[in-house]
Amino acid sequence: MRVWICLAATCWLFRAGAAQAASTEADFKTAMAVAETAEQDAGTLKNQWIPTEQALAAAKKAAAGGDFDAAVAQAKEAEALAKASIAQAKEQQTAWKAGIIR
Amino acid sequence: MKIFRTMASVVVTIMIATLIVAGARAAAADSIDPDADFKAFRDYFTKLFPNVPLNDFVNGPYSMDAELRKQWEAIDDFPPYDFAIDRGKQMFATPFKNGKSYGDCFPDNGIGIRQNYPYFDDKTGEVITLELALNRCREANGEEPYSYVKDEMASLTAYMAFTSRGKPFDIKIPDDPRALAAYQKGEEYFYARRGQLNFSCASCHVQNPGNHIRTEVLAPALGIVAAMPIYRSEWNGMGTMSRRLVTCNSQVRGVPLKPQDELYRDVEYYLSYMSNGLPISGPGARP
Repeated sequence: MRVWICLAATCWLFRAGAAQAASTEADFKTAMAVAETAEQDAGTLKNQWIPTEQALAAAKKAAAGGDFDAAVAQAKEAEALAKASIAQAKEQQTAWKAGIIR
Repeated sequence: MKIFRTMASVVVTIMIATLIVAGARAAAADSIDPDADFKAFRDYFTKLFPNVPLNDFVNGPYSMDAELRKQWEAIDDFPPYDFAIDRGKQMFATPFKNGKSYGDCFPDNGIGIRQNYPYFDDKTGEVITLELALNRCREANGEEPYSYVKDEMASLTAYMAFTSRGKPFDIKIPDDPRALAAYQKGEEYFYARRGQLNFSCASCHVQNPGNHIRTEVLAPALGIVAAMPIYRSEWNGMGTMSRRLVTCNSQVRGVPLKPQDELYRDVEYYLSYMSNGLPISGPGARP
């Protein structure tokens, strides 16, 4: 029984460690490319957000400093913000009419 | 049996008529009708603030808040925009290197014409604001354009607004699908929510005029363009219409468009049309 518990604990620790493995420059580049594409799409809709730009800048700065964990996290934050701004713009293409004074 | 048939045909007729009316209403809601918009816009504000005289709406927050008005009247003894009028007058009179001047680019030599801007140019198919017209005048005469958000442009427009003080806005929307489209794009920009804070222009200036946002009293959209350009204490200087729009976008955490972007010009066109008949009061002063 003890052997099985030790084995399970070892597996759990190994898995947790693997999940928290440090991000690489390649991870950052991938995350950044996705985020930048989303932000360009928001730009096409003329609805970019300042926090998205700030997150992109923070991601680049972290990557320049070699902190790829932070860089990837910021890039993913930028991607989420950009997608939210795209969703807002698309929703407002029709929703704006609800506010008109009639 | 005949009675049932008659009743059935009446019910069907009513249903068809209801569908036709609903369709007509939906079509009306989608059609572009600046005159109907104008009437509804004006009715909304005059009913919301029945004690504010119509022409006083151009004074923005000062028409909504008695204490603020007292402060403004005291400040206006020595208007903070006076230096901009003087500078603008001097700039306006100074010839370009080719000997021509701003007056050569405008009707009536550019004096007392602010109330006609923006206008729709049927040759280029776009809205021309006063700021854009001034820079195009400079470029046509071999001069570098000014920044749309800095003091030179604010000074020139301050002087031109001053020469139009008291003249009623007279914005025309020609019977041209392109002009109507520009008007509607401006209307859409005004009412569409944007930025991380999910605010539209209307969130502040239609839904909350007279209310405070932090320490500021929000101005009504009716007449909001009449005082441009403005001296803002917050800016510690003069600001153009372009600067105002850029700042509004930033305040809701949206990336501003480029000054004089087509959409900014369209929204100025829409708001100016909504202000038709109200007097030019610019240059103005705001907290």
